[in-house]
Amino acid sequence: MSNSRERRIVRYEFGERLVHSFTALSYVYLLLTGLAFWTPAMYWIAIVLGGGYLSRLLHPWAGLFFVGLLGWMYVMWRADMRITPEDRTWRKAIGHYIRNEDAQVPPVWRFNDGQKVLFWAMTAASLGLLLSGLVLWYVTLVPWNLRWVRYGAVLIHAISALVTIAGFIIHVYMGVFVVPGGLHAIIHGDVSEEWAKAHHLLWYRNLRKQP
Amino acid sequence: MANTLELLRVSASSPPAPGVRKTAVVTKLVDTSTCIGCKACEVACQEWNDLPPETTVQSGTYQTLPDLAPGFWNLIKFNEHEDEHGRLHWLMRKDQCMHCAEPGCLTACPAPGAIVQYTNGIVDFQQDQCIGCGYCMTGCPFNVPKLNPQTKRVYKCTLCVDRTSVGLQPACVKACPTGCLQFGTKDTMLEMANRRVERLKADGFAQAAVYDPPGVGGTGVVTVLAYGDRPELYGLPRNPTIPLAVKLWKGPLKWLGNAAMFAGLLAAAVHFVRFGRKADVTWK
Repeated sequence: MSNSRERRIVRYEFGERLVHSFTALSYVYLLLTGLAFWTPAMYWIAIVLGGGYLSRLLHPWAGLFFVGLLGWMYVMWRADMRITPEDRTWRKAIGHYIRNEDAQVPPVWRFNDGQKVLFWAMTAASLGLLLSGLVLWYVTLVPWNLRWVRYGAVLIHAISALVTIAGFIIHVYMGVFVVPGGLHAIIHGDVSEEWAKAHHLLWYRNLRKQP
Repeated sequence: MANTLELLRVSASSPPAPGVRKTAVVTKLVDTSTCIGCKACEVACQEWNDLPPETTVQSGTYQTLPDLAPGFWNLIKFNEHEDEHGRLHWLMRKDQCMHCAEPGCLTACPAPGAIVQYTNGIVDFQQDQCIGCGYCMTGCPFNVPKLNPQTKRVYKCTLCVDRTSVGLQPACVKACPTGCLQFGTKDTMLEMANRRVERLKADGFAQAAVYDPPGVGGTGVVTVLAYGDRPELYGLPRNPTIPLAVKLWKGPLKWLGNAAMFAGLLAAAVHFVRFGRKADVTWK
């Protein structure tokens, strides 16, 4: 342990961790208040969070905050999130990855294909949430003869939210329960050399090549 | 007023509504052929409900406002129609909440108890429970609910629930000088409406009909139209229903979505039990 401590690798810079944590916090607020509006069975969440009226008031502003941070994340990570030929090889071996047969999983760069698909799915769904959310927010500005826009918005908002929930469940489960060190890395930023070699070998080799 | 009336439907509430007493369904009859456009109903509505006057705009018609407003729940719409003989007809129609038997606003509402339907058919907004999301404005096929930007809550005609629940007529009906507005049980009102339609047919309006659209289960405001085959001349939708998107959203999509969320959590738990954590390479 102590010798590995001297050879820490920075996996996430401070800025990356900061953006990630604010995005996560605002997402959780949006998820909870959104679920409260989604079904009466979960309306109690809005009551716990200060009442339905307050939740309705803050939800759109939290949404703007979230989308703004996601934009920052996009600028920060889009290069690392580009799908590479190695990702396609990884995708074919995803069964091994799911069954934790990691010896048979091909090496990847800074992010694996699962992380990349999550990133792009979240970005696309959040764009849908933003556009439909603006319509729901300013529904009075949508003229009556364009009411199909309102109808489209309620469906797009719900479907996009469900896409992000699917991603969120997998993301949190993987990061917290499946990959040892994953949660530590996104909070504190550092990983060991062994971890980098085991999970992101191509990224590690590339780091080592650099002076 | 809710304590004297029983609830038939409550927004965003899964358990059955508590109403068991059988009460007659009340209905307002609007006979457009005897409306003279005097707007006494508009004034009576504003006065009884203590609503402040709205600033209007001059749009070249006698219509008080371009549209219903958060503080204006009863608007006579003035429509001009030139028939095939080149004669001008002034078609007045009472725009207000139609008190649908199957209300789209109530279906769309996410706030428990913010929209209720009493067993007498009145659909009523409870502004203290309203969260101001505006979903009712998407659910309504008649474009009736209006959001007050100050209170951020939605308002509309209550069918004078405070009067009708103690046996009085709605204020607009009380004020109408021609008998164009009537109030009573749905059966009585439909009977009167059909008699008026027969008279109109005898007077040469062969297409006269009662507007009580079945797509929303019928309405608590039924309208006699001289041009019953063309309700759009009066600004009324031909076959109003709860919008398909709202039905999908509050029906199949909700159940599929809930099932998918539950399945996602379950899948994670099953995966953890079956495969568990990945090999713990030294990471500390």
